[in-house]
Amino acid sequence: MIIYGVAILAFCYVTGQLIGELLGRLIGVDANVGGVGFAMLLLILLNDWFAKKGYTNKLTDNGIQFWSQMYIPIVVAMSAIQNVKVAVSSGVIALAAGIVPVLLCLAMIPLLAKLTKAKPVDEHGHYHPVS
Amino acid sequence: MDIITRFLEKNGLIFAFLMVGVIMYSSTVISNRLTNKKIPASAIAIISGLVLAYIGGVYSGGEKGIADLKIFSGFGLMGGSMFRDFAIVSTGMGASFLVMRQTGWVGALSLFLGIVLSFLGGVAVALLWGYTDAISLTTIGAGACTYIVGPVTGAAIGASSDVIALSIAAGVVKAVFVTIGTPFVARYIGLNNPHTAMIYGGLMGTTSGVSAGLAATDPKLVPYGALTATFYTGLGCLACPSVLYLLMRLVTN
Repeated sequence: MIIYGVAILAFCYVTGQLIGELLGRLIGVDANVGGVGFAMLLLILLNDWFAKKGYTNKLTDNGIQFWSQMYIPIVVAMSAIQNVKVAVSSGVIALAAGIVPVLLCLAMIPLLAKLTKAKPVDEHGHYHPVS
Repeated sequence: MDIITRFLEKNGLIFAFLMVGVIMYSSTVISNRLTNKKIPASAIAIISGLVLAYIGGVYSGGEKGIADLKIFSGFGLMGGSMFRDFAIVSTGMGASFLVMRQTGWVGALSLFLGIVLSFLGGVAVALLWGYTDAISLTTIGAGACTYIVGPVTGAAIGASSDVIALSIAAGVVKAVFVTIGTPFVARYIGLNNPHTAMIYGGLMGTTSGVSAGLAATDPKLVPYGALTATFYTGLGCLACPSVLYLLMRLVTN
């Protein structure tokens, strides 16, 4: 059932966000600390565990897949409700903040590739591109 | 006219679904026809969203972009934090710990380096432009990771909407830059095997940029790069509002 997938996702969301809220309270930051990240890790672990136990079900998966396919459209809606008018007045900073980190990271690639030997990877699991 | 306005206002969320669907479709057409898929459809759609927000802001004088126009108020719910975080969590499905283990420690190292370097690069740029408070610096640094990490971080630590918009814009610039730049730099950085592709995905992190860029370089590399990149947003959402934010608070105080 599709709702099982949605419910599993909701379980991860609620648990992860609560952990984030509690962690925020614990370290004295009046904010949710990494709740989304915790929820994601929980979902990955649960997903792995289900796969190992053989509990996978196409419809249940679809309940989660639906939302991962919705994430770009939701991000589009999110960008449409931002205060862009104010951000536009500092336009060049967005260009610089987007490009400088990429150049920094590009410089690291040959170094990292040299550090490790390439080995063939035959299997890359059930990967579903979502964005 | 009044009836239509009131109807669209009452069914705001559904109307937002329709509008975003239209935006996504037109973006795909533009991406295919005008840019020959060089700029990913998702990047065009997000830029359209930002343009809409600008128009909404100018037209209404409010702070919530297009959602300040009554008939588009559903965008506020669809793009609000609840749906957004829910959808982002679901993308964790795209990756598995087993597969991650096979990529070895270099995958984890590239993820860690990618997040920290992007963050610091973004912070450095923000400092140059005169931002000095920890919240703005962290949000812009997080936006330099991806356009998801930026707003999630900004919302979590209470950044202002214009800084969040800036962080999204930085993330979108990054996605577009990675998409366009990947085929050109591929030769110079040895990006011609799955191993390097995994490092590349982990360092760059922007899933749409990495997968579109690798597709333009060599379609066989796409799953490898996108695999590590899927972890990036999750780790970024975990690290930026917590460890890196605390670090920025220590530094700025």
